Amino acid sequence: MKTIAALLHEHPFFQGLPDSDLDFLASCAKNCVYHSGDYLARENTPANHFFLIRAGRVAVESFVPNHGSLCLLTLHAGDIFGWSWLFPPYISAFDAKALDEVRSLRLGGACLREKCEKEPSLGFELMKRFARIATERLQSARIQLLDIYGPNPSHLGKSP
Amino acid sequence: MIPSVFQVVHRYVEYPGTFTLHLAKPRQSTEGFQPGQFNMLYAFGTGESAISFSDLANDDGTLVHTIRAQGSVTQALERLREGDSLGIRGPFGRGWPLEVSQGKNLLIIAGGLGLAPLRPVIYQAQRDLLGAHKTYLFYGARRVSELLYRTELQQWSRSLEVVMSVDYGDNNWPGHIGVITDPLQATGIDGANSVAFLCGPEIMMRFCIQVLLRKGVPESAIYLSMERNMKCATGLCGHCQWGPNFICKDGPVFCYRDIRTWFQIHSL
Repeated sequence: MKTIAALLHEHPFFQGLPDSDLDFLASCAKNCVYHSGDYLARENTPANHFFLIRAGRVAVESFVPNHGSLCLLTLHAGDIFGWSWLFPPYISAFDAKALDEVRSLRLGGACLREKCEKEPSLGFELMKRFARIATERLQSARIQLLDIYGPNPSHLGKSP
Repeated sequence: MIPSVFQVVHRYVEYPGTFTLHLAKPRQSTEGFQPGQFNMLYAFGTGESAISFSDLANDDGTLVHTIRAQGSVTQALERLREGDSLGIRGPFGRGWPLEVSQGKNLLIIAGGLGLAPLRPVIYQAQRDLLGAHKTYLFYGARRVSELLYRTELQQWSRSLEVVMSVDYGDNNWPGHIGVITDPLQATGIDGANSVAFLCGPEIMMRFCIQVLLRKGVPESAIYLSMERNMKCATGLCGHCQWGPNFICKDGPVFCYRDIRTWFQIHSL
C-alpha cells in the first residue's frame, strides 16, 4: 500500500517537490473516496480543505435561485479544488460535487497554512503553484464568458 | 468560372440553424478535392458563400457540406429542400497537409462548426491512411445540443482519443464542462513529436496555439484553417486578402509559422 507521501508525489500539483517537503506535508493529508452525488465542499460554508483529485469527475457548481445548480466547470484526475482556505474568511465560494466515484487526497487548510508559515520557501513554492492554476482558471472563465461559439464568431460558416 | 448545377439529394439538420447538405451533379461525376478545401455554394438569386467540404469524396459522386445559417446566402441555402438546385464552383484553396502527420501524434482541434472541415481528416485517420502514431480529437462547443455529428463522435471514440468539452452542460454530460484549452493542457503528449490541425473561432485557435507552444509543439507543426468572407475564390478580387495572402488561394489552411505575424495583428 502506498504511503500518503507517495500519493502526493504522484499528483501533478506536487510534481518536482523534494521528498522531504512531501513527507512534511503528508501529515496534513488524508486519502478520501466520494461517491456520486457526494459534496466535497459546499458554497458558503467553512473552507477547511484542499483537494487533489486522483480519479473521477467533480463538478464545480453555483446555486442559482429559481433555476438550480449551474455547473461552471468539471475537474478531473490531476486537477485540484479549493483555495478558499488560504484567505480569511475561509469560506467556500462554490459547491464541489462528485459526479462519479472520486478518489482524492484531502489536505487540511489550517494544517497547510501552519506548514507554509513554518517553511516559507515551501510556502512560496506552493503559492506559485496555486497562483498558476488560479490564473489558468481565470483565463478559462474569461474565454467562457466570450461565448466564442456563439452566433457571431469569426469562423467557418460566417457567410454573407 | 461558371457554377455547375447540383441538386440537394439529402438534407439533415444537425441542430437548429446548422444543417448538412448532400449534393449531387446529375449524370456527371464530380471533381476530386482535398480535405480542407472549399466550394463556393451559390443560392440562386441571392449569392455565393464559401463552405468547406465536410466529408470525403463519396463513391456515388455526392458532395457534403455542413453550413450554419448566418447571413443571407446561408439562410437561402437553409431553405433548400431535397430536390432543389444550387450552383457550385470549386474546389478551391489549399487543404490540410495530411502527409505531415506520418509517424507523429496528430492533434485535431475543433471548435463549434470548425469540426466540419476536419471531419474528412478524421475519416482518413480512422482508416489509418495518415500513418499517424496516435490521433487525438479535441472538440469544443457551446452546448451539448450544439455538437456536430453526435452519433459519429461516439463511433470515433472507439478508435481515436476523443475529448469533448462544452461551455455549458449539466451533470448528465459525461465530457468536460469548461473550455477546450483545459483538457488540451492536461493531455500528456510529446509536443515535439506532434502536429496539430485547428479549425474554429479565431480566438479559440489563438488560445489553443498558446497551449500547444507551451507543450513544445513547433510552430512549423501547427496548421489552422482561416476563414474570411470570400467572393471570387481565385485570388483576383482581393476580398479575402490577409497580409500578403489571399485566403481563398493561399489558404484556407496555413502553417502557423508562416502566418504568425498576420495572426497577431488586430486590425487584419
